[in-house]
Amino acid sequence: MSDHGTLTPTEPLVRADARLDQRRRFGSLFDAPRAGRVGVVLPPLDVPEADPAALYGKAHRPGVEGEVEASEVDVVRHFTRLSQMNFSIDTALYSLGSCTMKHNPRINEEIARLAGFNDAHPYAPVHLAQGNLELMWRLEEALKVLTGFARVTLQPSAGANGELAGALMIRAAHVKAGNARKHVLVPDSAHGTNPATAHFAGYSVVELASSRRGTLELSELEAKLTEDVAALMVTVPNTLGVFEEHILEVAKLVHAKGAYLYLDGANFNAFVGKVRPADMGVDVMHMNLHKTFSTPHGGGGPGAGPVGVGASLVPFLPVPTVERAGDAFRLDFDRPDSIGKMRAFYGNFGVLVRALTYILSYGHSIHEVAENAVLNANYLRKRLEPFYHLKYDAPSYHEIVFSDHRQAAMGVHNIDIAKRLMDFGFHPPTMSFPLIVPGALMIEPTESEGKDELDAFADAMIAIAKECETSPGIVTSAPHTTPIGRLDEAGAAREASRPGNFAPVLRAPVR
Amino acid sequence: MSVYPDDRRYSRSHEWIRVDGDVGTIGISDHAQKELGDVVFVEMPDVGEIFDAGQEFGTIESVKAVSELFLPVAGEILEVNKVLTDEPGAVNEDPHGDGWLVKIKLSSDAEMDTLFNAADYEKFVEEEAKA
Amino acid sequence: MRYIPNSPAEREALLAAVGAASIDDLFATVPRAVYRTEPPGLPPPASEIEVRRDLGRVAAKNAHLGEWTSFLGAGLYSHHAPAFVSQLLLRGEFLTSYTPYQPEVSQGTLTAIWEFQTHIALLTGMDVANASMYEGASAFVEAVLMAERLTKKKTKVVVSAGLHPEYRQCLRTYLVNFPFTIVEVPLGKDGATEAGALAAAVDDDTFAVCVQSPNVFGVVEGWKAAADAAHAHGALAIGVVNEMFSLAVLEAPGASGVDIACGEAASFGLAPSFGGPLVGFLACRDAGKRQIPGRLAGRATDAGGRSGFCLTLSTREQHIRREKATSNICTNQGLFALAATMTLSVLGKHGLRETAVQCLSKAEYLKAGIRALPGPFSVAFAGKTFNEFALHCGVPVHEVLRRAEAKKILAGVPYARLEPAASAYRDLLLVAVTERTPRSGLDALLDTLRSFS
Repeated sequence: MSDHGTLTPTEPLVRADARLDQRRRFGSLFDAPRAGRVGVVLPPLDVPEADPAALYGKAHRPGVEGEVEASEVDVVRHFTRLSQMNFSIDTALYSLGSCTMKHNPRINEEIARLAGFNDAHPYAPVHLAQGNLELMWRLEEALKVLTGFARVTLQPSAGANGELAGALMIRAAHVKAGNARKHVLVPDSAHGTNPATAHFAGYSVVELASSRRGTLELSELEAKLTEDVAALMVTVPNTLGVFEEHILEVAKLVHAKGAYLYLDGANFNAFVGKVRPADMGVDVMHMNLHKTFSTPHGGGGPGAGPVGVGASLVPFLPVPTVERAGDAFRLDFDRPDSIGKMRAFYGNFGVLVRALTYILSYGHSIHEVAENAVLNANYLRKRLEPFYHLKYDAPSYHEIVFSDHRQAAMGVHNIDIAKRLMDFGFHPPTMSFPLIVPGALMIEPTESEGKDELDAFADAMIAIAKECETSPGIVTSAPHTTPIGRLDEAGAAREASRPGNFAPVLRAPVR
Repeated sequence: MSVYPDDRRYSRSHEWIRVDGDVGTIGISDHAQKELGDVVFVEMPDVGEIFDAGQEFGTIESVKAVSELFLPVAGEILEVNKVLTDEPGAVNEDPHGDGWLVKIKLSSDAEMDTLFNAADYEKFVEEEAKA
Repeated sequence: MRYIPNSPAEREALLAAVGAASIDDLFATVPRAVYRTEPPGLPPPASEIEVRRDLGRVAAKNAHLGEWTSFLGAGLYSHHAPAFVSQLLLRGEFLTSYTPYQPEVSQGTLTAIWEFQTHIALLTGMDVANASMYEGASAFVEAVLMAERLTKKKTKVVVSAGLHPEYRQCLRTYLVNFPFTIVEVPLGKDGATEAGALAAAVDDDTFAVCVQSPNVFGVVEGWKAAADAAHAHGALAIGVVNEMFSLAVLEAPGASGVDIACGEAASFGLAPSFGGPLVGFLACRDAGKRQIPGRLAGRATDAGGRSGFCLTLSTREQHIRREKATSNICTNQGLFALAATMTLSVLGKHGLRETAVQCLSKAEYLKAGIRALPGPFSVAFAGKTFNEFALHCGVPVHEVLRRAEAKKILAGVPYARLEPAASAYRDLLLVAVTERTPRSGLDALLDTLRSFS
């Protein structure tokens, strides 16, 4: 065990179930072979049995060697135990900034599991899928109301995929106008997906330095905004949680050069129902339904990334669009200027069902999402500002980016504070960005935390700040209460990097 | 006492080069390895590839960062440090010695004068930290 | 609103604490010209009772597989989903957690990702698989881009016409701004990629040769011809699979020289959900692992020697490498990769094989039945198939669908729906079966077809 300094163990040294834990200490189902066990029984085969060996000859494979053999009980227990090793929003405040970890209403899950939605095949004849098309049409209409855009495509699989769809539409529009242009402007505070997306749409990235307030610097923008610029990608509020006060001027400048204004809608939850992005002069915006509209993150997906566009980009939307004629709905593939398809079928439909359910639940009160998210974030800012450094102190919206500046002087870094927070029962903040704040602690409480939970979180952060002064060893050796301690990630990456080493899977597969 | 050996020159992008005849050995400085953290992978060029001064010849990665490697002077790759394939941590343990990256045949030594000596590099690192 | 815990009094307390007179004060930096004080033009908030009534009516307008006998496939197959899977997926610890950036509190998700990777590697015969992709078509595109990075400075990708048309369409969408050309190789009379045409299409400028098996017409392709053609010219072979149960009876792409395997793994317990969310996969040989897009979980140990899992080789990804990343992909399909992992675990070695043999047997039964029919139907291609095949209709395809619908049968997917421009195939209906299709359903379809004779 690592040296925990002055930490007093809070648990008895030998727990009653320690021996049992010892026996269960296997990493995965593959590590506990149970030859001969069976988990699924099918009905007896009711047609003559085909012989794959005879049929396929040399192409026949007798089976998948190395696969699991387990009973249903084994599998249910394994995954239930795995679940118990996860932190989740159902447990407590999940401060992971920019990821918008808010409550996931269970009615959304129930509706998405209705057989008519869940058990419907995408190639069912359109007249037998009218309900699904109606649902998509209604979600598009609701998103049009909230964004002010002319149309919204629901097809992209996630936010980054929506970004790419948006960038491809911009490119297609420029190409149609006779010049694809060369660059996309991206502020240095942007999400990593923005530059990556611009690259995959065939553009080179020109970075814009942020102002001292952490927002766009108009002079910097004007200097770099040439006729070769295809678009500016901005995030509002940006990744510092700061609203671009000059967004209207920015839009004018961008449009004057014939470029498009792309809004990364990752932070739409900060102004949904309060501002329509199209009113700000935005031409394209993707929305992360798992953020603003509360579809579950599911341990890293699925997302859904609808993209709203102004009238000038409508011809370039992916196919198909959903069109309504009277009470009937149809899929429209006949769109000659379309960028094509972003994926098979029509989108992450099940996620769309959850999002519409959420929007209907809030109805015209949906602006309360933004209001309470911003209020909660400002409350945490107020409570934590005396203890943590705030590099950019412009008014905060839905998230706050502190840093470890003060604690670093005592040898404690953001990663330590994050790990220590786990001992207090909270999920750590985001640390990997924005890149312009070294030692970042990006905190986003969302609207779905009450005052008591906000206070508990603030108390924990303040307690840690004090520990950094009095007993930093407790913080730098944290976490102390999780199923596993800090992992040797460098060792893991070295292991996985080695040629001929299949560390990311169990072993060299049997071919 | 400087940690930077004065038998070699240093670049603004924190590579070092030690020249022996027309062969240069190149690595990254102790300061650079500390900034990067535990090195987990080094992407090397092929032997025989030719690069200009200041051109990217590979990348070096820690768990959460990637840095490009730039050749301080022009040359042809003669040898890459094969030890790093299995033990990239050698860059952290001995950046100025066993953790070297590549050996090159210098195209010319004209660029050598544009590089820092050990004392000036140390000052440069201090100034960068203040900025 | 029921999802906002604070009472009006608590909200006032928070406002007072931050020193704001009203909520509007907090939005003071929003330009007044665009700041809305009126509520948005949406209907009033709906209670759970009202939402259930409203959307319940909408859902009821769809044909679903519980009430219909379905032969729909074409890239998405409705297999048995074990009951416990959908129930465990609802555990909040899985449903409402995020990407496992902090391994100490995410070992559940990380272990499951690692198991998913291992299942995919075993099935495909590959060395490394990633944590999943959005779905099959975009996974295929990522595989092509990956092959280009691994071969460097080549510009041509050769694609079999047996690839699902939507996959080929996506490739065109994503590649439009790259200086690459896409060459399509036609199918032969047996429904498999024409070997001679494939070999002729590949040259030294080719970086990838792409084949799907079973292909969009259900015909089993040999991986080796594509792999040999690719390797003869320094290109990589990409093997696409979107019916993963086929890999329990057919050679693994990795066993026949394929360099990158990718496709759709929704067959493992996912509901069709009108086409999404699904779960794409991407796997490769060891030599390609540094160019694989998306997340990867690997084994690691803590200071106490305890073994666990963490995300690894992250420097490939957009949050670190930004515009130089291997992809702009950020999310994986976490929850549905987990569903597939649970399903694979409980099916296991025996369940995979038994399911595959049942699928094959039922398809062979149906094909034999069609061959015995006197009427205007035939099995379109002589090539061997797995659980799907193309039915040639000597009567209009929509007539067949209509007559089947009257018996609550979804007879198949008209190929024209996938690729309207392919006039040579406009009389084809793609017919798929799974272990869920009972013999009575197969016989009912045969009866419908017999009614045309």
